[in-house]
Amino acid sequence: MENKKNRPKPGDQTEVKDSSRREFLKKSALITAVALTPASAVVAAEKHVDERIAEAFEKMPLHLEINGVAHSLMVEPRSTLLDILREQLDMTGTKKGCDLGQCGACTVHVDGHRVNSCLTLGIMVNGKKVTTIEGLAKGDQLHPMQEAFLKHDGFQCGYCTPGQIMSAVACIREGHANSELEIREFMSGNICRCGAYPNIVNAIQEVKEGGMAI
Amino acid sequence: MKQFQYTRAVNQQGVLDAIAKPGTKIIAGGTNLVDLMKRGVTAPDKLVDINYLPLKGITATKTGLHIGTLALNSVVSENSLVVAKLPLLSMALKAGASPQLRNMATVGGNMMQRTRCTYFYDTTMPCNKREPGTGCGAVEGYNRMHAIFGASPQCIAVHPSDMCVALAALDAQVIIAGKKGEKRMPFVDFHRLPDDHPELDNHLGKDELILGVEIPDNNFAKNSYYLKVRDRQSYAFALVSVAAGLDLDGSTIRSARLAMGGVAHKPWRLFEAEKFLAGKTASEDTFKQAAQLAMQGAKAYEYNAFKLKLAPAAITEALKHAAGLA
Repeated sequence: MENKKNRPKPGDQTEVKDSSRREFLKKSALITAVALTPASAVVAAEKHVDERIAEAFEKMPLHLEINGVAHSLMVEPRSTLLDILREQLDMTGTKKGCDLGQCGACTVHVDGHRVNSCLTLGIMVNGKKVTTIEGLAKGDQLHPMQEAFLKHDGFQCGYCTPGQIMSAVACIREGHANSELEIREFMSGNICRCGAYPNIVNAIQEVKEGGMAI
Repeated sequence: MKQFQYTRAVNQQGVLDAIAKPGTKIIAGGTNLVDLMKRGVTAPDKLVDINYLPLKGITATKTGLHIGTLALNSVVSENSLVVAKLPLLSMALKAGASPQLRNMATVGGNMMQRTRCTYFYDTTMPCNKREPGTGCGAVEGYNRMHAIFGASPQCIAVHPSDMCVALAALDAQVIIAGKKGEKRMPFVDFHRLPDDHPELDNHLGKDELILGVEIPDNNFAKNSYYLKVRDRQSYAFALVSVAAGLDLDGSTIRSARLAMGGVAHKPWRLFEAEKFLAGKTASEDTFKQAAQLAMQGAKAYEYNAFKLKLAPAAITEALKHAAGLA
Protein backbone atom coordinates (compact mmCIF):
# COMPACT_ATOMS: atom_id res chain seq x y z
CA MET A 1 0.00 0.00 0.00
CA GLU A 2 1.33 3.44 -0.86
CA ASN A 3 1.74 5.80 2.05
CA LYS A 4 2.66 9.43 2.31
CA LYS A 5 6.41 8.69 2.37
CA ASN A 6 6.34 6.72 -0.86
CA ARG A 7 4.16 9.10 -2.73
CA PRO A 8 5.92 10.72 -5.66
CA LYS A 9 6.96 14.24 -4.77
CA PRO A 10 6.27 17.01 -7.24
CA GLY A 11 9.92 17.04 -8.31
CA ASP A 12 10.29 13.37 -9.17
CA GLN A 13 7.46 12.81 -11.57
CA THR A 14 8.28 11.99 -15.15
CA GLU A 15 5.59 14.49 -15.99
CA VAL A 16 7.91 17.23 -14.85
CA LYS A 17 11.20 15.52 -15.72
CA ASP A 18 10.61 15.23 -19.42
CA SER A 19 8.46 18.20 -19.94
CA SER A 20 9.41 20.97 -22.23
CA ARG A 21 7.06 23.84 -22.94
CA ARG A 22 5.86 22.05 -26.05
CA GLU A 23 5.24 18.82 -24.12
CA PHE A 24 3.37 20.79 -21.51
CA LEU A 25 1.11 22.39 -24.09
CA LYS A 26 0.49 19.03 -25.75
CA LYS A 27 -0.49 17.53 -22.42
CA SER A 28 -2.72 20.46 -21.52
CA ALA A 29 -4.55 19.94 -24.77
CA LEU A 30 -4.94 16.26 -23.91
CA ILE A 31 -6.35 17.04 -20.51
CA THR A 32 -8.79 19.49 -22.03
CA ALA A 33 -9.80 16.82 -24.48
CA VAL A 34 -10.94 14.55 -21.70
CA ALA A 35 -14.31 15.81 -20.64
CA LEU A 36 -15.59 15.15 -17.22
CA THR A 37 -18.80 13.22 -17.70
CA PRO A 38 -19.05 9.45 -18.14
CA ALA A 39 -20.36 9.85 -21.68
CA SER A 40 -17.28 11.78 -22.62
CA ALA A 41 -15.09 9.22 -20.85
CA VAL A 42 -16.48 6.78 -23.40
CA VAL A 43 -15.80 9.22 -26.24
CA ALA A 44 -12.28 9.68 -24.91
CA ALA A 45 -11.78 5.91 -24.88
CA GLU A 46 -13.10 5.65 -28.43
CA LYS A 47 -10.65 8.26 -29.61
CA HIS A 48 -7.81 6.59 -27.64
CA VAL A 49 -7.35 9.80 -25.66
CA ASP A 50 -7.39 7.56 -22.62
CA GLU A 51 -4.40 5.68 -23.89
CA ARG A 52 -2.46 8.85 -24.68
CA ILE A 53 -3.22 10.24 -21.22
CA ALA A 54 -2.12 6.97 -19.60
CA GLU A 55 1.17 7.08 -21.48
CA ALA A 56 1.84 10.75 -20.82
CA PHE A 57 0.81 11.17 -17.20
CA GLU A 58 1.03 9.38 -13.90
CA LYS A 59 -2.28 10.89 -12.86
CA MET A 60 -5.62 10.86 -14.60
CA PRO A 61 -8.69 13.07 -14.27
CA LEU A 62 -11.48 11.70 -12.08
CA HIS A 63 -14.90 13.26 -11.78
CA LEU A 64 -17.33 11.96 -9.25
CA GLU A 65 -20.00 13.06 -6.85
CA ILE A 66 -19.49 12.39 -3.16
CA ASN A 67 -22.40 12.94 -0.80
CA GLY A 68 -24.01 15.24 -3.33
CA VAL A 69 -20.91 17.34 -3.98
CA ALA A 70 -19.15 17.18 -7.34
CA HIS A 71 -15.39 16.63 -7.22
CA SER A 72 -12.83 16.88 -10.01
CA LEU A 73 -9.50 15.37 -9.08
CA MET A 74 -6.28 14.08 -10.53
CA VAL A 75 -5.55 10.57 -9.27
CA GLU A 76 -3.04 7.83 -9.86
CA PRO A 77 -4.85 4.85 -11.42
CA ARG A 78 -3.61 2.69 -8.54
CA SER A 79 -5.28 4.88 -5.88
CA THR A 80 -8.22 3.14 -4.33
CA LEU A 81 -11.47 4.96 -3.68
CA LEU A 82 -10.73 4.46 0.02
CA ASP A 83 -7.34 6.21 -0.20
CA ILE A 84 -8.75 9.01 -2.33
CA LEU A 85 -11.49 9.64 0.25
CA ARG A 86 -9.17 9.52 3.23
CA GLU A 87 -5.91 10.95 1.89
CA GLN A 88 -6.90 13.31 -0.90
CA LEU A 89 -10.25 14.53 0.39
CA ASP A 90 -9.67 14.20 4.15
CA MET A 91 -12.93 12.31 4.51
CA THR A 92 -11.75 9.95 7.21
CA GLY A 93 -15.16 8.62 8.22
CA THR A 94 -14.63 5.65 5.91
CA LYS A 95 -12.18 3.37 7.71
CA LYS A 96 -9.26 1.30 6.50
CA GLY A 97 -9.30 -2.06 8.25
CA CYS A 98 -7.71 -4.96 6.41
CA ASP A 99 -7.39 -3.05 3.11
CA LEU A 100 -7.92 -6.42 1.36
CA GLY A 101 -11.70 -6.72 1.11
CA GLN A 102 -12.02 -9.01 4.10
CA CYS A 103 -13.42 -6.81 6.88
CA GLY A 104 -15.94 -4.33 5.40
CA ALA A 105 -14.76 -1.31 7.43
CA CYS A 106 -14.35 0.60 4.15
CA THR A 107 -17.92 -0.01 2.91
CA VAL A 108 -19.41 2.88 0.92
CA HIS A 109 -22.26 3.11 -1.59
CA VAL A 110 -21.47 3.60 -5.27
CA ASP A 111 -24.57 4.53 -7.27
CA GLY A 112 -26.58 3.21 -4.32
CA HIS A 113 -24.85 -0.16 -4.04
CA ARG A 114 -22.55 -1.10 -1.17
CA VAL A 115 -18.99 -1.96 -2.15
CA ASN A 116 -15.58 -2.33 -0.52
CA SER A 117 -13.84 0.96 -1.29
CA CYS A 118 -10.44 -0.62 -0.55
CA LEU A 119 -10.77 -2.87 -3.62
CA THR A 120 -12.30 -0.17 -5.83
CA LEU A 121 -9.89 1.74 -8.01
CA GLY A 122 -10.93 5.40 -7.80
CA ILE A 123 -10.54 5.88 -11.53
CA MET A 124 -13.18 3.21 -12.09
CA VAL A 125 -15.94 5.19 -10.35
CA ASN A 126 -15.59 8.09 -12.77
CA GLY A 127 -18.98 9.73 -13.26
CA LYS A 128 -20.59 7.84 -10.37
CA LYS A 129 -22.24 8.91 -7.13
CA VAL A 130 -20.55 7.87 -3.91
CA THR A 131 -22.16 8.00 -0.48
CA THR A 132 -20.01 7.71 2.62
CA ILE A 133 -20.88 7.70 6.29
CA GLU A 134 -20.47 11.50 6.24
CA GLY A 135 -23.36 11.70 3.77
CA LEU A 136 -26.01 9.93 5.84
CA ALA A 137 -26.98 12.56 8.40
CA LYS A 138 -28.97 15.61 7.40
CA GLY A 139 -27.12 18.39 9.15
CA ASP A 140 -27.41 17.70 12.87
CA GLN A 141 -30.15 15.16 12.34
CA LEU A 142 -28.67 11.68 12.42
CA HIS A 143 -29.78 9.02 9.98
CA PRO A 144 -32.24 6.56 11.61
CA MET A 145 -29.58 3.83 11.37
CA GLN A 146 -27.06 6.01 13.21
CA GLU A 147 -29.67 6.69 15.90
CA ALA A 148 -30.42 2.98 16.19
CA PHE A 149 -26.73 2.06 16.54
CA LEU A 150 -26.44 4.58 19.39
CA LYS A 151 -29.61 3.35 21.09
CA HIS A 152 -28.66 -0.34 20.84
CA ASP A 153 -24.95 0.05 21.55
CA GLY A 154 -24.13 -1.36 18.13
CA PHE A 155 -20.42 -0.92 18.72
CA GLN A 156 -17.68 -0.94 21.29
CA CYS A 157 -14.45 0.49 19.88
CA GLY A 158 -16.36 1.98 16.94
CA TYR A 159 -13.79 1.36 14.22
CA CYS A 160 -15.97 -0.93 12.11
CA THR A 161 -19.08 1.19 12.74
CA PRO A 162 -19.08 3.42 9.63
CA GLY A 163 -18.82 0.32 7.46
CA GLN A 164 -21.43 -1.51 9.52
CA ILE A 165 -23.87 1.39 9.20
CA MET A 166 -23.34 1.79 5.45
CA SER A 167 -23.85 -1.94 5.04
CA ALA A 168 -26.89 -1.96 7.35
CA VAL A 169 -28.62 0.77 5.33
CA ALA A 170 -27.95 -1.18 2.12
CA CYS A 171 -29.11 -4.41 3.75
CA ILE A 172 -32.56 -2.92 4.41
CA ARG A 173 -32.75 -1.20 1.01
CA GLU A 174 -31.90 -4.48 -0.73
CA GLY A 175 -34.72 -6.21 1.14
CA HIS A 176 -32.39 -8.51 3.05
CA ALA A 177 -33.40 -7.62 6.60
CA ASN A 178 -36.47 -9.82 7.02
CA SER A 179 -35.21 -12.00 9.87
CA GLU A 180 -32.31 -12.20 12.28
CA LEU A 181 -30.82 -15.00 10.21
CA GLU A 182 -31.11 -13.06 6.97
CA ILE A 183 -29.60 -9.95 8.55
CA ARG A 184 -26.67 -11.98 9.90
CA GLU A 185 -26.07 -13.55 6.48
CA PHE A 186 -26.30 -10.25 4.59
CA MET A 187 -24.14 -8.40 7.14
CA SER A 188 -21.44 -11.07 7.00
CA GLY A 189 -19.15 -8.84 4.96
CA ASN A 190 -18.67 -6.58 8.00
CA ILE A 191 -16.49 -7.94 10.74
CA CYS A 192 -16.68 -6.55 14.29
CA ARG A 193 -13.78 -7.69 16.45
CA CYS A 194 -15.48 -6.36 19.58
CA GLY A 195 -18.35 -8.73 18.83
CA ALA A 196 -21.19 -6.21 18.89
CA TYR A 197 -23.15 -8.39 16.47
CA PRO A 198 -26.30 -8.98 18.58
CA ASN A 199 -26.69 -5.23 19.13
CA ILE A 200 -26.03 -4.47 15.47
CA VAL A 201 -28.75 -6.95 14.49
CA ASN A 202 -31.12 -5.32 17.01
CA ALA A 203 -30.42 -1.88 15.58
CA ILE A 204 -31.10 -3.05 12.03
CA GLN A 205 -34.29 -4.85 13.07
CA GLU A 206 -35.57 -1.73 14.80
CA VAL A 207 -34.99 0.46 11.74
CA LYS A 208 -36.51 -2.18 9.48
CA GLU A 209 -39.57 -2.57 11.69
CA GLY A 210 -39.91 1.21 12.01
CA GLY A 211 -40.72 1.11 8.30
CA MET A 212 -39.16 4.52 7.66
CA ALA A 213 -37.89 5.33 4.20
CA ILE A 214 -34.11 5.22 4.62
CA MET B 1 1.05 -1.34 -5.56
CA LYS B 2 3.18 -0.87 -8.65
CA GLN B 3 2.06 1.98 -10.86
CA PHE B 4 0.27 0.98 -14.07
CA GLN B 5 -1.41 2.56 -17.04
CA TYR B 6 -5.19 2.50 -17.09
CA THR B 7 -7.33 2.62 -20.19
CA ARG B 8 -10.99 2.03 -20.93
CA ALA B 9 -12.19 -0.14 -23.77
CA VAL B 10 -15.63 0.51 -25.23
CA ASN B 11 -15.93 -2.42 -27.59
CA GLN B 12 -14.70 -5.97 -28.08
CA GLN B 13 -12.03 -5.02 -30.59
CA GLY B 14 -10.70 -2.43 -28.17
CA VAL B 15 -10.24 -5.13 -25.52
CA LEU B 16 -8.62 -7.58 -27.95
CA ASP B 17 -6.23 -4.86 -29.19
CA ALA B 18 -5.32 -3.92 -25.62
CA ILE B 19 -4.64 -7.46 -24.39
CA ALA B 20 -2.53 -8.21 -27.47
CA LYS B 21 0.13 -6.01 -25.83
CA PRO B 22 2.29 -7.82 -23.28
CA GLY B 23 1.86 -6.93 -19.61
CA THR B 24 -1.79 -5.96 -20.05
CA LYS B 25 -4.55 -7.37 -17.91
CA ILE B 26 -8.30 -6.98 -18.09
CA ILE B 27 -10.07 -5.47 -15.07
CA ALA B 28 -13.81 -5.85 -14.46
CA GLY B 29 -14.89 -5.93 -10.80
CA GLY B 30 -11.29 -6.03 -9.61
CA THR B 31 -12.12 -7.76 -6.33
CA ASN B 32 -9.39 -10.35 -6.81
CA LEU B 33 -7.04 -8.52 -9.18
CA VAL B 34 -6.68 -5.39 -7.01
CA ASP B 35 -6.06 -7.62 -3.99
CA LEU B 36 -3.34 -9.53 -5.89
CA MET B 37 -1.78 -6.29 -7.12
CA LYS B 38 -1.68 -4.85 -3.60
CA ARG B 39 0.18 -7.90 -2.38
CA GLY B 40 2.60 -7.89 -5.31
CA VAL B 41 1.46 -11.32 -6.50
CA THR B 42 0.80 -9.79 -9.88
CA ALA B 43 2.02 -6.47 -11.26
CA PRO B 44 0.59 -5.65 -14.70
CA ASP B 45 1.97 -2.67 -16.66
CA LYS B 46 -1.43 -1.85 -18.07
CA LEU B 47 -5.03 -2.45 -17.07
CA VAL B 48 -7.85 -2.29 -19.58
CA ASP B 49 -11.22 -1.58 -17.98
CA ILE B 50 -13.96 -3.51 -19.79
CA ASN B 51 -16.91 -2.20 -17.78
CA TYR B 52 -18.06 0.04 -20.63
CA LEU B 53 -18.83 -2.98 -22.84
CA PRO B 54 -22.49 -4.00 -23.12
CA LEU B 55 -21.98 -7.46 -21.59
CA LYS B 56 -24.16 -7.31 -18.48
CA GLY B 57 -27.33 -8.85 -19.87
CA ILE B 58 -29.18 -11.93 -18.60
CA THR B 59 -31.46 -13.22 -21.34
CA ALA B 60 -33.49 -16.34 -22.07
CA THR B 61 -32.56 -17.97 -25.37
CA LYS B 62 -34.36 -20.76 -27.24
CA THR B 63 -32.32 -23.37 -25.43
CA GLY B 64 -31.32 -21.84 -22.15
CA LEU B 65 -30.10 -18.75 -20.37
CA HIS B 66 -27.34 -16.43 -21.50
CA ILE B 67 -25.47 -14.47 -18.83
CA GLY B 68 -23.09 -11.73 -19.91
CA THR B 69 -19.56 -11.76 -18.56
CA LEU B 70 -20.05 -8.40 -16.80
CA ALA B 71 -23.26 -9.37 -14.98
CA LEU B 72 -22.62 -8.77 -11.30
CA ASN B 73 -22.69 -11.75 -8.95
CA SER B 74 -25.34 -10.01 -6.82
CA VAL B 75 -27.53 -9.27 -9.85
CA VAL B 76 -27.28 -12.82 -11.21
CA SER B 77 -28.07 -14.32 -7.81
CA GLU B 78 -31.34 -12.35 -7.57
CA ASN B 79 -32.35 -12.32 -11.24
CA SER B 80 -35.87 -13.73 -11.61
CA LEU B 81 -34.94 -15.96 -14.57
CA VAL B 82 -31.97 -17.37 -12.69
CA VAL B 83 -33.96 -17.94 -9.51
CA ALA B 84 -36.74 -19.70 -11.45
CA LYS B 85 -34.67 -21.74 -13.92
CA LEU B 86 -31.34 -22.15 -12.15
CA PRO B 87 -31.85 -21.94 -8.38
CA LEU B 88 -28.62 -23.93 -7.94
CA LEU B 89 -26.65 -21.07 -9.52
CA SER B 90 -28.41 -18.51 -7.34
CA MET B 91 -27.68 -20.52 -4.20
CA ALA B 92 -24.02 -20.98 -5.12
CA LEU B 93 -23.57 -17.27 -5.80
CA LYS B 94 -25.18 -16.31 -2.50
CA ALA B 95 -22.85 -18.72 -0.71
CA GLY B 96 -19.84 -16.87 -2.10
CA ALA B 97 -18.00 -13.82 -0.74
CA SER B 98 -19.96 -10.99 0.92
CA PRO B 99 -22.80 -8.74 -0.32
CA GLN B 100 -20.29 -5.93 -0.95
CA LEU B 101 -17.99 -8.16 -3.00
CA ARG B 102 -20.91 -9.67 -4.92
CA ASN B 103 -21.92 -6.10 -5.86
CA MET B 104 -18.53 -5.69 -7.54
CA ALA B 105 -17.61 -9.16 -8.79
CA THR B 106 -18.61 -10.20 -12.31
CA VAL B 107 -19.31 -13.61 -13.86
CA GLY B 108 -16.15 -13.53 -16.00
CA GLY B 109 -14.07 -12.27 -13.08
CA ASN B 110 -15.41 -15.02 -10.85
CA MET B 111 -14.23 -17.57 -13.43
CA MET B 112 -10.82 -15.91 -13.68
CA GLN B 113 -10.17 -15.55 -9.94
CA ARG B 114 -6.99 -17.12 -8.65
CA THR B 115 -6.62 -19.71 -5.92
CA ARG B 116 -6.65 -18.55 -2.29
CA CYS B 117 -3.76 -20.89 -1.39
CA THR B 118 -1.82 -18.94 1.24
CA TYR B 119 1.50 -19.94 -0.33
CA PHE B 120 0.37 -18.38 -3.60
CA TYR B 121 -0.41 -15.11 -1.82
CA ASP B 122 2.74 -15.02 0.32
CA THR B 123 5.48 -13.72 -1.97
CA THR B 124 8.18 -14.87 0.46
CA MET B 125 7.18 -18.52 -0.04
CA PRO B 126 7.87 -20.83 -2.95
CA CYS B 127 4.92 -21.31 -5.31
CA ASN B 128 4.92 -22.86 -8.77
CA LYS B 129 1.69 -21.10 -9.63
CA ARG B 130 3.05 -17.65 -8.82
CA GLU B 131 6.64 -18.28 -9.90
CA PRO B 132 7.04 -21.46 -11.93
CA GLY B 133 9.98 -23.58 -10.87
CA THR B 134 10.24 -22.31 -7.30
CA GLY B 135 8.49 -25.32 -5.76
CA CYS B 136 5.28 -25.81 -3.81
CA GLY B 137 5.07 -24.57 -0.25
CA ALA B 138 1.80 -26.33 0.39
CA VAL B 139 2.62 -29.90 -0.55
CA GLU B 140 4.58 -30.39 2.66
CA GLY B 141 3.25 -27.30 4.40
CA TYR B 142 0.00 -26.40 6.10
CA ASN B 143 -2.33 -27.85 3.49
CA ARG B 144 -5.64 -27.95 5.31
CA MET B 145 -7.52 -26.09 2.55
CA HIS B 146 -5.97 -28.01 -0.31
CA ALA B 147 -6.92 -30.49 -3.03
CA ILE B 148 -7.84 -34.13 -2.67
CA PHE B 149 -8.47 -34.70 -6.39
CA GLY B 150 -6.38 -34.08 -9.50
CA ALA B 151 -3.40 -32.41 -7.80
CA SER B 152 0.16 -32.70 -9.07
CA PRO B 153 3.46 -32.68 -7.19
CA GLN B 154 3.86 -29.11 -8.51
CA CYS B 155 0.59 -27.73 -7.10
CA ILE B 156 -2.15 -28.83 -4.74
CA ALA B 157 -4.15 -25.58 -4.75
CA VAL B 158 -7.92 -25.50 -5.21
CA HIS B 159 -10.15 -23.23 -7.28
CA PRO B 160 -12.04 -21.05 -4.80
CA SER B 161 -15.28 -20.30 -6.67
CA ASP B 162 -18.80 -21.35 -5.71
CA MET B 163 -20.46 -20.01 -8.85
CA CYS B 164 -18.18 -22.13 -11.03
CA VAL B 165 -19.16 -25.32 -9.18
CA ALA B 166 -22.82 -24.72 -10.05
CA LEU B 167 -22.00 -23.81 -13.67
CA ALA B 168 -19.90 -26.96 -14.03
CA ALA B 169 -22.77 -29.07 -12.69
CA LEU B 170 -25.32 -27.38 -14.98
CA ASP B 171 -23.49 -28.15 -18.26
CA ALA B 172 -22.80 -24.47 -18.98
CA GLN B 173 -20.90 -23.35 -22.05
CA VAL B 174 -18.39 -20.51 -22.05
CA ILE B 175 -18.55 -18.06 -24.96
CA ILE B 176 -15.15 -16.65 -25.82
CA ALA B 177 -14.01 -13.96 -28.25
CA GLY B 178 -10.59 -14.07 -29.87
CA LYS B 179 -8.81 -12.86 -32.97
CA LYS B 180 -10.42 -15.59 -35.03
CA GLY B 181 -13.94 -14.79 -33.86
CA GLU B 182 -16.17 -16.40 -31.26
CA LYS B 183 -15.95 -19.91 -29.91
CA ARG B 184 -17.65 -22.04 -27.29
CA MET B 185 -16.13 -24.28 -24.68
CA PRO B 186 -17.87 -26.61 -22.21
CA PHE B 187 -17.58 -25.01 -18.77
CA VAL B 188 -16.15 -28.25 -17.33
CA ASP B 189 -13.22 -27.91 -19.77
CA PHE B 190 -12.57 -24.23 -19.06
CA HIS B 191 -10.51 -24.67 -15.90
CA ARG B 192 -7.59 -27.06 -15.92
CA LEU B 193 -5.70 -29.34 -13.57
CA PRO B 194 -2.24 -28.19 -12.50
CA ASP B 195 -0.14 -30.97 -14.09
CA ASP B 196 3.25 -29.47 -14.98
CA HIS B 197 1.88 -25.98 -15.53
CA PRO B 198 0.14 -24.79 -12.36
CA GLU B 199 0.71 -21.18 -13.46
CA LEU B 200 -2.17 -21.76 -15.88
CA ASP B 201 -5.58 -21.85 -14.19
CA ASN B 202 -7.65 -22.34 -17.33
CA HIS B 203 -7.66 -22.69 -21.09
CA LEU B 204 -8.47 -19.08 -21.92
CA GLY B 205 -5.84 -17.74 -24.34
CA LYS B 206 -3.92 -14.61 -23.35
CA ASP B 207 -5.48 -12.89 -26.34
CA GLU B 208 -9.05 -13.99 -25.58
CA LEU B 209 -12.01 -12.41 -23.77
CA ILE B 210 -14.88 -14.20 -22.03
CA LEU B 211 -18.15 -12.82 -23.42
CA GLY B 212 -20.50 -14.80 -21.22
CA VAL B 213 -21.86 -18.19 -20.27
CA GLU B 214 -24.87 -20.08 -21.52
CA ILE B 215 -26.69 -22.61 -19.40
CA PRO B 216 -29.02 -25.05 -21.19
CA ASP B 217 -32.57 -25.43 -19.91
CA ASN B 218 -32.89 -28.40 -17.56
CA ASN B 219 -35.25 -30.23 -15.23
CA PHE B 220 -33.17 -29.78 -12.08
CA ALA B 221 -34.78 -26.56 -10.81
CA LYS B 222 -37.21 -28.26 -8.40
CA ASN B 223 -34.61 -30.52 -6.84
CA SER B 224 -31.31 -28.77 -6.49
CA TYR B 225 -29.14 -27.76 -3.59
CA TYR B 226 -25.82 -26.07 -2.97
CA LEU B 227 -24.14 -27.14 0.24
CA LYS B 228 -21.07 -25.26 1.41
CA VAL B 229 -19.06 -26.42 4.41
CA ARG B 230 -16.70 -23.78 5.80
CA ASP B 231 -14.97 -22.64 8.96
CA ARG B 232 -17.64 -20.05 9.75
CA GLN B 233 -21.27 -19.77 8.79
CA SER B 234 -20.77 -17.16 6.11
CA TYR B 235 -18.10 -15.24 4.20
CA ALA B 236 -15.42 -17.94 4.06
CA PHE B 237 -14.03 -20.13 1.32
CA ALA B 238 -15.27 -23.69 1.12
CA LEU B 239 -13.55 -26.57 2.82
CA VAL B 240 -15.84 -28.66 0.65
CA SER B 241 -18.90 -27.61 -1.33
CA VAL B 242 -21.38 -29.66 -3.36
CA ALA B 243 -23.72 -28.61 -6.16
CA ALA B 244 -26.46 -31.20 -6.61
CA GLY B 245 -29.31 -31.30 -9.10
CA LEU B 246 -31.80 -34.13 -9.50
CA ASP B 247 -34.40 -34.71 -12.18
CA LEU B 248 -36.96 -36.82 -10.33
CA ASP B 249 -39.93 -38.84 -11.53
CA GLY B 250 -41.61 -39.52 -8.21
CA SER B 251 -38.75 -41.02 -6.27
CA THR B 252 -36.94 -42.31 -9.35
CA ILE B 253 -33.90 -40.36 -10.43
CA ARG B 254 -34.10 -39.69 -14.16
CA SER B 255 -30.74 -37.97 -14.13
CA ALA B 256 -28.41 -36.23 -11.71
CA ARG B 257 -25.81 -33.49 -11.79
CA LEU B 258 -23.07 -33.26 -9.18
CA ALA B 259 -19.97 -31.12 -8.79
CA MET B 260 -17.69 -30.27 -5.88
CA GLY B 261 -15.75 -27.19 -4.87
CA GLY B 262 -12.79 -26.87 -2.53
CA VAL B 263 -11.39 -30.24 -3.56
CA ALA B 264 -9.49 -29.66 -6.82
CA HIS B 265 -7.71 -27.14 -9.04
CA LYS B 266 -10.99 -26.85 -10.96
CA PRO B 267 -14.68 -27.35 -10.22
CA TRP B 268 -14.82 -31.13 -9.80
CA ARG B 269 -17.67 -32.74 -11.70
CA LEU B 270 -18.72 -36.18 -10.39
CA PHE B 271 -19.58 -37.98 -13.63
CA GLU B 272 -19.30 -41.52 -12.19
CA ALA B 273 -21.65 -40.76 -9.33
CA GLU B 274 -24.12 -39.12 -11.73
CA LYS B 275 -24.14 -42.24 -13.92
CA PHE B 276 -24.67 -44.44 -10.90
CA LEU B 277 -27.64 -42.37 -9.71
CA ALA B 278 -29.49 -42.40 -13.03
CA GLY B 279 -32.45 -44.78 -12.81
CA LYS B 280 -32.06 -45.44 -9.08
CA THR B 281 -34.59 -44.65 -6.37
CA ALA B 282 -33.72 -41.58 -4.30
CA SER B 283 -32.69 -42.68 -0.81
CA GLU B 284 -29.98 -41.98 1.71
CA ASP B 285 -28.39 -45.37 1.00
CA THR B 286 -28.24 -44.73 -2.74
CA PHE B 287 -26.75 -41.31 -2.11
CA LYS B 288 -24.10 -42.78 0.20
CA GLN B 289 -23.12 -45.28 -2.47
CA ALA B 290 -22.88 -42.51 -5.05
CA ALA B 291 -20.71 -40.52 -2.65
CA GLN B 292 -18.35 -43.47 -2.14
CA LEU B 293 -18.06 -43.82 -5.90
CA ALA B 294 -17.26 -40.13 -6.19
CA MET B 295 -14.40 -40.47 -3.71
CA GLN B 296 -12.46 -42.99 -5.81
CA GLY B 297 -8.97 -41.70 -6.48
CA ALA B 298 -9.06 -39.12 -3.68
CA LYS B 299 -5.70 -38.44 -2.06
CA ALA B 300 -5.15 -36.42 1.09
CA TYR B 301 -2.12 -34.55 2.44
CA GLU B 302 -0.97 -34.10 6.01
CA TYR B 303 -3.60 -31.61 7.16
CA ASN B 304 -6.56 -32.19 4.85
CA ALA B 305 -7.30 -35.86 5.48
CA PHE B 306 -10.56 -34.74 7.12
CA LYS B 307 -11.84 -33.94 3.63
CA LEU B 308 -11.86 -37.67 2.80
CA LYS B 309 -14.71 -38.04 5.32
CA LEU B 310 -16.22 -34.60 4.93
CA ALA B 311 -16.59 -34.76 1.15
CA PRO B 312 -18.73 -37.93 0.92
CA ALA B 313 -20.83 -36.77 3.86
CA ALA B 314 -21.38 -33.44 2.10
CA ILE B 315 -22.34 -35.17 -1.16
CA THR B 316 -24.88 -37.34 0.68
CA GLU B 317 -26.28 -34.35 2.54
CA ALA B 318 -26.57 -32.18 -0.59
CA LEU B 319 -28.38 -34.98 -2.43
CA LYS B 320 -30.76 -35.47 0.49
CA HIS B 321 -31.60 -31.76 0.46
CA ALA B 322 -32.04 -31.79 -3.31
CA ALA B 323 -34.38 -34.79 -3.09
CA GLY B 324 -36.35 -33.29 -0.21
CA LEU B 325 -35.20 -36.05 2.14
CA ALA B 326 -33.21 -33.89 4.55
